[in-house]
Amino acid sequence: MRPSLAAAIDLRRHVGRGVVRTAGHAGRFFALLVELVRGLAEWRVWAPRTVEQAQNIGYGSLLIVLLIAGFAGAVTALQSGYQLQGGFVPLYYAGGVVASGVILELGPVLTALILAGRIGARYAAELGTMRVTEQIDALESLGRSPVTHLLLPRILSGILVIPALVIIANATGIASGYFASAATLDLTWSDFTFGARFFFKGPFDLWYSLIKAYFFSAAVTVIPCYIGYNTQQGAEGVGRATTTAVVAASVTILLLDTTLAKLLLGQ
Amino acid sequence: MIELKNVSKRFIDNVVLDGVDFEVRQGETVALLGPSGVGKSVLLKHIIGLIKPDSGEVIVDGLYVNKLKRKELSRLRQRIGYVFQNGALFDSMDVFENIRLGVTNDEQYRDLKYCHERVRECLRLVNLQPEVMRKFPAELSGGMRKRVGIARAIAGRPTYLLYDEPTSGLDPVNSDVIDSLVERLQGEIGVTSVMVTHDVRGAFRTADRIALLWQAKIRAVGTSEEILASSDPAVRQFLERDFEMTLTQQATNLDEAIGDGTQH
Repeated sequence: MRPSLAAAIDLRRHVGRGVVRTAGHAGRFFALLVELVRGLAEWRVWAPRTVEQAQNIGYGSLLIVLLIAGFAGAVTALQSGYQLQGGFVPLYYAGGVVASGVILELGPVLTALILAGRIGARYAAELGTMRVTEQIDALESLGRSPVTHLLLPRILSGILVIPALVIIANATGIASGYFASAATLDLTWSDFTFGARFFFKGPFDLWYSLIKAYFFSAAVTVIPCYIGYNTQQGAEGVGRATTTAVVAASVTILLLDTTLAKLLLGQ
Repeated sequence: MIELKNVSKRFIDNVVLDGVDFEVRQGETVALLGPSGVGKSVLLKHIIGLIKPDSGEVIVDGLYVNKLKRKELSRLRQRIGYVFQNGALFDSMDVFENIRLGVTNDEQYRDLKYCHERVRECLRLVNLQPEVMRKFPAELSGGMRKRVGIARAIAGRPTYLLYDEPTSGLDPVNSDVIDSLVERLQGEIGVTSVMVTHDVRGAFRTADRIALLWQAKIRAVGTSEEILASSDPAVRQFLERDFEMTLTQQATNLDEAIGDGTQH
């Protein structure tokens, strides 16, 4: 066989396998979504476990969210102060840049990305370990559904907790932005809030932030749960599932961010 | 009654089961023997619907397992206790919660008083003290984990018990303890059992009938006497290899005992 023909056949085989694998993932992912919706009826099983999970991930993530939002708000204030030097633009604009930047973008996106690493990795590793040690099989063998016992509590607790963490991140980012502006630009609270209101387009900005938070919370929880639940091949598989889950959730967050900006802001 | 009719299963290019016919009658204990990696656990997982066959039928109590809907399968599984090879205990839960999950009736599961009594009873049946209840799986020895796995499997009062290598990874003393336990449970709770193992000695001790899975097919089925009398070369090869392994193990134990003796 000619080398060019062999290479072409090899390429087709690779593409074919890729298509089959992607179709398999799409089918399994869709089936899982259907199971999740069906599982909602068994609230006696998932409700108590959801509260437990929400407490775990909520308290556990609070400190890192406060840190990230605090630094993000302060850096935004410092950089906007640097760019506003020269007197052509009033300094109170810094308040607007900080408030809008944090509410519309930095608060939801940075919180979601950090939680993709923290919660997403945890979910994928937990479920992956349970899969390879046959704990998920054991649950099924007892006639119990892994979807209602393991997946729904994790996903619903994320959908409850992550938007709340985004609201906290927004408030922290704006507060730290004000303190940084006050310390470096001598901006008063009234100047800062005047600037913030100047750029504020009404309650829609807050809704936009919250809508993004809900979409991101689905990405942070559903994708890692799917990947962890379908883990194969021992400890190596758990490691691979964890890395894949964080990368896939992060990329989805960025894609959603762009899509939602286009759809909701009409830009 | 459990029946497998012409069941085939392959994983990519590896044919694990090739037209397997297998039957377990009500009330009996069948040991499924075979070399490691031959597909014994795969066959066992077919019975409970954890793996679906590529072709053929798996029938339990007249129900076609691979055609059951989710809820029907769930109800069938409540009648089957499955003892996993490595225990498969939920490591985030203590022993009490692990065994309580085995209580498959929802009303009984929610009744904490009933669960406490049932967990205590199951622990007694597997020769474990009630104090073990508050321990986590990581705090238990290998033998204890296996016994908690058995306790969880019997907590829902199943009609069938499926054991996946209940003695693998255990020393001969603990293996004997588990074999006695399996034997005693047959008498006390009267279930129909399938035991997957490569431990010939344990299988001959506990089973009413023995089946040999060899190269993706059931090669021989019969009572221990019939299997011992078999002239099938595969059966002879498997039994003789196990016999040699037993002798080697005994020689190693003896060497270790002598070694220990000279050190003291």
